[in-house]
Amino acid sequence: MEVTQTWYLVLSAMLFSVGLVGLLIRNNPLVMFMCVELMLNASNLSFVAFSGVYNDIAGQTAVFFVLVVAAAEVVVGLSIVVALMRIRPAATADDLTALKG
Amino acid sequence: MVDVIVFAVGAVVVMGGAIGVVLNPNPVRAALSLVASFFGVAVLFVLQEAHFLAFIQVVVYAGAIVVLFLFVIMLLGVDSSDDLSVQPLVGQRLAGVGVGIAVLVLLLAGLFMSGPGGEKGTVAFTGAQSSTAAISSDHPDVNQLAVDLFTRNVLAFQATALLLTIATVGAVVMVKERGATPKATIEQDETN
Repeated sequence: MEVTQTWYLVLSAMLFSVGLVGLLIRNNPLVMFMCVELMLNASNLSFVAFSGVYNDIAGQTAVFFVLVVAAAEVVVGLSIVVALMRIRPAATADDLTALKG
Repeated sequence: MVDVIVFAVGAVVVMGGAIGVVLNPNPVRAALSLVASFFGVAVLFVLQEAHFLAFIQVVVYAGAIVVLFLFVIMLLGVDSSDDLSVQPLVGQRLAGVGVGIAVLVLLLAGLFMSGPGGEKGTVAFTGAQSSTAAISSDHPDVNQLAVDLFTRNVLAFQATALLLTIATVGAVVMVKERGATPKATIEQDETN
């Protein structure tokens, strides 16, 4: 038995759906953010698996950029959370309805 | 055989950490489960010979992003456990799990339903092998990644540098204290 790229892709699909379920279920903004990071990791796994299949380094370059953009996104998202929590402590994602029509 | 064992261990750690993030009521424990998941992903990167990416995964994801999460959790004092049994919409948890299972089935179906020539049961790899950026086994992967990054993707590289600067400046602006008078300084606290 050999580990083929299919195994990585199946694992990536499972990780993505677990992150998706977490994003839909949890209402703490920080934990929701962590589930988004899980989904990004799943896509990184996919990229590296495809990089191995097609013998192309572009998959690993894509992972590099996804990592950088995820880091910038975490910085901005957490600063938004800090700015929000300062005004409304212990707010959950369901309490943040100021833009509701 | 060793590959299979390492893959199994890495996969268990990844999925266990992910399920820990979703199911843990305490945000701090969820963040630590996330670290475990990231380490599992790094192990799987090493197994696929992407050593530089494994290193960057540990340093950036586990070492910077999760630390940032923990800082914010501790700063805001939101480390008390959530109540997982509260759902704002009736049946939201069930619907969430249902959507997750549906997406998983969709992904696996898309993966296995159409092979390269349209045969069922084979995995849908539909592209061709690379001619411009092929991985060769005589150079380390970090060298080849660097060549690709700094020749074919140098514009995107500069753009991400700009993005990081903008993100940092934006974060500082967003969490800055507003108002003309700054908060009490250390000297003022000491005289009290």
